[in-house]
Amino acid sequence: MTAASLVVSGAVLGLTAGVGGATLPRRSRVAVGAVLVWGACALEAVAAIHVLVSGHRVVLHSAELLPFTGVNLVLTPLGAFFVLLVAMVAVPATLHGIGYAHHGLDSRMAAFAVPIFVTVLLLVPAAGSVATFMVLWELMALTSLSLVLVDHGRREATRSAGTWYAVITHIGAAAILTAFLILAAHSGGQSFAALRLHARHLAPVVRALVFVLALVGFGSKAGVVPFHVWLPKAHPEAPSPVSALMSGAMVALGVYGIILVGDVILGGGSLWWWLVVLALGAVSALFGSLHAASSTDMKRLLAYSTTDNVGLALIGLGASGLFDATRHPQLAALGLVAALVLLLNHAAFKGALFLSAGSVQSATGTRDLDQLGGLLRRMPQTGALFLGAAAAICALPPLNGFIGEWLLFQSLLHGADIGNTAGEIAIPLAVAAMALTAGLTVVAFVKAAGIGFLGRPRSEGADAAVEVPGTMRLAVGLLVGVCVVLGVVPTLVLPAVERAVRAVLPRVAPLSLAHGVDLQLVGLRGVLEPAALAAAMAGALFGLGALRRALARRPAPRVAEAWGCGRQLQTARMQYTATSFAEPVQRVFDDVLRPVQDLDVSHVAESRYFIEAVTFHNAVDDGIERGLYRPVIGAVRRWGQVARQLQPGSVHRYLAYGLGALVIVLTALTVIR
Amino acid sequence: MNAGSHTVVAVIASCSQVVAVAVGGLVLIGLMRKVRAHLEGRVGAPILQPMFDVRKLFRKERLRPDQATWIFPLAPVVLVATVAVAAAITPLVTTGPALSTGSDFFALVYLLLVGSTLLALAGMDAGTAFGGMGSSRAVTIGALAEPALLVTILALSATAHSSNLPAIVRATLADPGSVATPQRLFALGALLVVIVAESGRLPVDNPATHLELTMVHEAMILEYAGPDLAFVTVGEAMRLTLLLGVFVNLVAPWGIATTTNVAAVAVGLVTLVAKVAVVGLALAVFEVFTAKLRLFRLPELLAGAFVLALLGVVSGLVVK
Repeated sequence: MTAASLVVSGAVLGLTAGVGGATLPRRSRVAVGAVLVWGACALEAVAAIHVLVSGHRVVLHSAELLPFTGVNLVLTPLGAFFVLLVAMVAVPATLHGIGYAHHGLDSRMAAFAVPIFVTVLLLVPAAGSVATFMVLWELMALTSLSLVLVDHGRREATRSAGTWYAVITHIGAAAILTAFLILAAHSGGQSFAALRLHARHLAPVVRALVFVLALVGFGSKAGVVPFHVWLPKAHPEAPSPVSALMSGAMVALGVYGIILVGDVILGGGSLWWWLVVLALGAVSALFGSLHAASSTDMKRLLAYSTTDNVGLALIGLGASGLFDATRHPQLAALGLVAALVLLLNHAAFKGALFLSAGSVQSATGTRDLDQLGGLLRRMPQTGALFLGAAAAICALPPLNGFIGEWLLFQSLLHGADIGNTAGEIAIPLAVAAMALTAGLTVVAFVKAAGIGFLGRPRSEGADAAVEVPGTMRLAVGLLVGVCVVLGVVPTLVLPAVERAVRAVLPRVAPLSLAHGVDLQLVGLRGVLEPAALAAAMAGALFGLGALRRALARRPAPRVAEAWGCGRQLQTARMQYTATSFAEPVQRVFDDVLRPVQDLDVSHVAESRYFIEAVTFHNAVDDGIERGLYRPVIGAVRRWGQVARQLQPGSVHRYLAYGLGALVIVLTALTVIR
Repeated sequence: MNAGSHTVVAVIASCSQVVAVAVGGLVLIGLMRKVRAHLEGRVGAPILQPMFDVRKLFRKERLRPDQATWIFPLAPVVLVATVAVAAAITPLVTTGPALSTGSDFFALVYLLLVGSTLLALAGMDAGTAFGGMGSSRAVTIGALAEPALLVTILALSATAHSSNLPAIVRATLADPGSVATPQRLFALGALLVVIVAESGRLPVDNPATHLELTMVHEAMILEYAGPDLAFVTVGEAMRLTLLLGVFVNLVAPWGIATTTNVAAVAVGLVTLVAKVAVVGLALAVFEVFTAKLRLFRLPELLAGAFVLALLGVVSGLVVK
């Protein structure tokens, strides 16, 4: 079987899964669809691994499939990396979906859309021409939109989220299409190879315009500030496996798009492009992590954290472009490796976190952290897996998040003296942004894990929670397993990542980061021994655990009531909530977050010295939505109201408009001629 | 000497570092308390009192709050384990302890973060108001200290073009003038503030307080008793000592063993103890004259440290 036929059969299998999902009876459609999707993922993954190992691209052309342009699929090493990333998220997500089916995923629409969505996600990185890419890109937007809207009949918030997502994603698609059209107009064909060939002869202004359009378009899909507003609306409303797919895989494809246009087609570019990317990344990382730290809805928190992680990847990408523009190919490759590794890690732990959030929602009926608590005792395995994924996203060694941050830090560190003033000022600031982001991520996830899973349950739903079915736990477990493996032996995947990077930056000599099981920066001074570190940590942990058992007189601890200042009864209401946990952060970053707080004290009628009730309301809404989008929406609405006056319903008026228009056109024609 | 004996000496040096940090940490805490007591006109407890306390705690019963999960007993062990691993691989006594090729400043910071994150989770495990309060404050302070810390690493790595700690120390030894550059001085000033914040000393946190409004670290570990509390105490003392050890070796690395022979390691151990004791005493004297800052004034202090670190990086660019 050739690699090309693998790609085709994978796509066919995925589409079959969609059709099967739509036609089979309700009981079996999700499971059958999932199994077929796994087959599709496996086939595409094998083709991708073949491309990464052999270094040969897979080219497929079919003139009949799409009128006028035909379908062009070219699987490059860079695309293959993203195919593997998608497959890594898609298999656990669809597995989790089997247990999650009764939350709307077993409707005919969803059972049809999920396999199509996954198939399209697998094919987007393989698109080789503008038409193919845009068709797949639109399919991706439409299937994901229909999945966000699964719950639309029951919840108003879902409909609103769908509208936001649809509008922003289509503004993005329009920007991408414009960028590609400008490129295609200047080159003979519409294949990416032709675009690339002619892009270097374009005027700098045109190139810059194309890049900015692509950055806007792909940035809106990647959830970059200020286009991130759809993420905290759509992710919480979508079913959790869909959130995992959207956040882990689809958002990464947004970054793929920026690499495709910026690095592959335009072949690098001016310094300022990449400074813009770097700045967008830093702002996204800070904004996302700050909002994640102050969110109380678990999935909203995860959505903001997606913006933060994409921001980190963009810092790596921006730094890479910066180094490339200042002729430091080695560093440029390192930055790009860091960006790709960050995306891969993000897909693994964010997938796991979204899926466990789904398990929690399924078991308790809520995703509001202020209503949760005590879940680790009630759902021990889901809880432990959530804690593991949270540790990974906090970049704690020996898990994968740490490897990504180390690579990013190393690329910034060695780029600190690149001999360009703008870059040398940008890099310490990027390090600071990355550091504050890391710290705020710890706040966000200590909060999510501590409030959600530890302590006493804060609602009856949380108290009555029981462990979810095995398939759901297995799905999360697979992704957490990936986090551990990528953290302890990252050298398993680094050669593949480097191959993808070398296909993008052809000038680069091999980086060969992998040195046995260690990471070593060749030509630069930096070594990390993740496996040895993990072994040392495990050894010390077991040794000290044994020591404590040996030293303690009575090894089994006595269960006692916690200290409550002498008060006898401890209740769940005495605990910190997610809101109170985030209060210090919210107070420190008051100027950025601008929380809306309302304190209402009602007094007893007889005397103002006695208080009857106190209500406190605290909400942190998105400052960019309030400051940027709301005014625009308001202006459009007002403009629409004004325009309505043109349509009073009078036929005479309409005839007059026609006459006026005719006169104007005729006058204009006379003047022009 | 052959490669085998090199490894043996490196392992011995590593072990001596861990023991020095563990034992020395408790003695350092006792010493700092003694100095404080003397300056305040008290006699104070013996210098070895923290060690007696730990021994006493190990004899006591282990307690577990009724709501607690496996996080609660795990956190103290993880705290000590990560600090011990960090102490083993960091160049304290010698520039070449075991596993030191991968002894990265960045990795060290994140290794220590594992312990503090788990402790913050354990604070919330008992389901009490105090634990959540302490955890919330501790992670907030940690987050605010992070930018200063990483930019400091950036500034300190400039001489050696690497964040590898042995490389930085060796580069300083090879070029003693680099210690007095504005870059290094600004960065070390920032590092000192961060160390004070990370190890919960005055003016960031008062280790002697048990007043609920002011507690940070003590609130977080309030539920611990017996051997678990002993582990937490030892872990915290080790963390302070380790960070001070890194600090002194960045300020004045002289005396550290650069060759793998036992005599050099012994000299390195003695000089390390002396240097850390001096800095610890200075810190104790400073604490007598300092009041704890309000929690919401801390961002200003840590932002100040961040600006210092940034000045370090920028002055490096200007001087170059």
